[in-house]
Amino acid sequence: MNILVCLKQVPDTETQIKVAPDSKSIVTDNIKWVMNPYDEYAVEEGLRLKEKFGGEVTIIGVGPTRVTESIRTALAMGADKGILVDDPALTGSDSLGIAKILAAVIKDLDYNLILCGKQGVDDDYGVVGSNLAELLGIPQISIVLKLEVSEDGSTVKAHREVEGGILVIEAPLPALITAQKGLNEPRYASLPGIMKAKKKPLDVKTISDLGLDAGQVGESGAKIKIMQITPPEERGAGKIVEGETPQEKAANLAKLLHEEAKII
Amino acid sequence: MKFQEYFGETHNMVRQTIRKFVEREIKPFVDEWEEKGEFPEELYPKAGDAGILGIGYPEAYGGSGGDIFLKIAYIEELMRCGSAGVVAGLGSLDISIPPILAFGTEKQKSRFIPPVLKGDKIAALGITEPNAGSDVANIQTKAVLRGNHYVVNGSKMLITSGYRANQLTCAVRTGGEGYKGISLLIIESDTPGYSVSEKLRKMGWWASDTAQIFFDECQVPVENLLGKEGEGFSGIMENFQNERLQLSIMANMTAQLALEESLKYAKEREAFGRPLSGFQVTRHKLVDMATLVEASREFVYRVAAKIDAGENQVKEISMAKNFACMVSDKVTYDAVQIHGGFGYMREYLVERLYRDNRILSIGGGTQEIMKEIISKYILA
Ligand SMILES: Cc1cc2nc3c(=O)[nH]c(=O)nc-3n(C[C@H](O)[C@H](O)[C@H](O)COP(=O)(O)OP(=O)(O)OC[C@H]3O[C@@H](n4cnc5c(N)ncnc54)[C@H](O)[C@@H]3O)c2cc1C
Ligand SMILES: Cc1cc2nc3c(=O)[nH]c(=O)nc-3n(C[C@H](O)[C@H](O)[C@H](O)COP(=O)(O)OP(=O)(O)OC[C@H]3O[C@@H](n4cnc5c(N)ncnc54)[C@H](O)[C@@H]3O)c2cc1C
Repeated sequence: MNILVCLKQVPDTETQIKVAPDSKSIVTDNIKWVMNPYDEYAVEEGLRLKEKFGGEVTIIGVGPTRVTESIRTALAMGADKGILVDDPALTGSDSLGIAKILAAVIKDLDYNLILCGKQGVDDDYGVVGSNLAELLGIPQISIVLKLEVSEDGSTVKAHREVEGGILVIEAPLPALITAQKGLNEPRYASLPGIMKAKKKPLDVKTISDLGLDAGQVGESGAKIKIMQITPPEERGAGKIVEGETPQEKAANLAKLLHEEAKII
Repeated sequence: MKFQEYFGETHNMVRQTIRKFVEREIKPFVDEWEEKGEFPEELYPKAGDAGILGIGYPEAYGGSGGDIFLKIAYIEELMRCGSAGVVAGLGSLDISIPPILAFGTEKQKSRFIPPVLKGDKIAALGITEPNAGSDVANIQTKAVLRGNHYVVNGSKMLITSGYRANQLTCAVRTGGEGYKGISLLIIESDTPGYSVSEKLRKMGWWASDTAQIFFDECQVPVENLLGKEGEGFSGIMENFQNERLQLSIMANMTAQLALEESLKYAKEREAFGRPLSGFQVTRHKLVDMATLVEASREFVYRVAAKIDAGENQVKEISMAKNFACMVSDKVTYDAVQIHGGFGYMREYLVERLYRDNRILSIGGGTQEIMKEIISKYILA
């Protein structure tokens, strides 16, 4: 079974994000970049399927040179090879542009399953996976909590959480799955894995290698544009609810929730 | 890149692995382990499986390879668990395996190194005795050759991981008085005549087990001799360079964590109607702490780079250890001060950092012994 995993690099969730002076981007100095946490579930699931069915796991990333570190981390976890599309024309691409690039990489590859994270934890659009499946014309099941591939490798069954229950969906392979937190517990890259990863193949391509141009996938071709980024409002100080007795305090709390917070 | 960096892509990847290991396997339990006085033995094989214990050792003996900065990255990230005791416990192999690697025969290396790097066996270093610490040349534990065994009598004191160790890289006296009579033996804990005290109760490093070890007619096979008889002292001295570098990194990280905690606290805690960071004295105190930490870190990195390049750095590493410990003494003191009464309470990390720090200028050669070494160089 050949599995492709699409990987994005995002700022470490512990990084303090600062909005850049242009109000449309963030300050990237001193940011620690890591593999998108949802992509870690995708990589792990790919590796588990490979361990069961054999085959190869290929990691595909789009972004600047620093992304090689995250691809190498996936290789260190056990993936077999990596492809990075690195092109200066890609600053400002939107999700559809990224999906087009991934589709161009993937169309020449032999695969049974594509795994993506359900969203990038940076801009949280959550659409690259669906766009990519659409461009490739294959079934997609998003936000998956549990995955089972049939013994003969022809179909996939995916569990999704829905309000109050679990939805089980089946699709023929090849298909695309996006991973939700809880799908598995990702392994960490072991030290021998990290050392071995240095020798695994990692191809770097530009968009012209893929027969694309900036008008199709770069900023100028983007269907959406970021107008403004604003940091969340600073939280004010907490409030201590007054009252002589527990009953009185509860009544005052209810009043505050109703009149000030307008929650009830 | 505009300047020479010490850490590259591999180091960063390793840092991420260790950070995850710390978050998942250590941090949630670390307070409990501290109070209990040890961490569970399962942590060794867990760290071994991830290849973390093997950093810096050759693959031929189950190591993970890597340069000196990979070891540094490892210690720095592991220290973020907040318990130097855990770091010291896992780290006892880093003072007991290097002599085996340096002086051991092929057979000794393949027998005594891989199980330790896998985490299946625990290794400790036994130099200090009840009556000989700084004065290593004066150790009294005797090993007398009888047939194909050394018969060992004596005792080792203050041994990190000593309570649980399966093998001890041990300094013994095979010859006459003085440093020339000292040899290194690997003594296994299941040797008849080997026994261990209760866990010793300490000021800091609570999660690390420390013990006294006794040898009573302990029969150690002659094939457990490391190198030649009488070569022990120079082996011990060479090994100290490692340990001093590791302790310098621990000191820098202790100070770094104390600084980070203080910066957070100074922004949150209010007194006299403003956050502590609103007082110039507090701000300046934080600035002095940050400056010292930065200077010490850069100095130790520089010395490490020279050691990695094979230069003699005995004087410099002794200076680096003293400087790093002086910095961590001051920074942990000030961190507790900034935390006021809460800094004295166990719930606050600075309380532990303050206690854990105290050993750093004693172990691996005291501050005074470092100065004796340095003085020989600068007055030569
Ligand atoms: C938690 C912990 C873990 C340890 N782990 C290990 C371990 O794993 N293996 C091991 O072998 N040892 C270990 N030790 C022992 C440690 O290495 C010794 O404590 C250290 O070397 C100092 O020796 P000492 O305690 O006998 O002090 P002493 O040598 O008795 O020194 C007492 C004081 O006198 C000073 N002094 C001594 N000689 C001179 C001199 N010539 N000039 C000026 N001042 C001098 C010292 O600097 C010190 O201040 C550990 C100790 C502790 C506390
Ligand atoms: C073991 C123990 C026993 C205690 N017992 C008692 C007791 O019996 N009864 C009791 O009432 N209290 C007791 N205390 C509390 C003790 O008196 C306080 O901890 C102490 O007064 C400091 O107050 P704080 O901890 O709130 O620190 P903070 O007032 O929050 O001070 C934090 C730091 O900011 C500095 N700082 C504060 N204001 C300024 C300023 N204007 N300019 C410059 N720096 C400033 C402080 O010097 C300190 O370094 C006890 C504390 C401990 C640890």
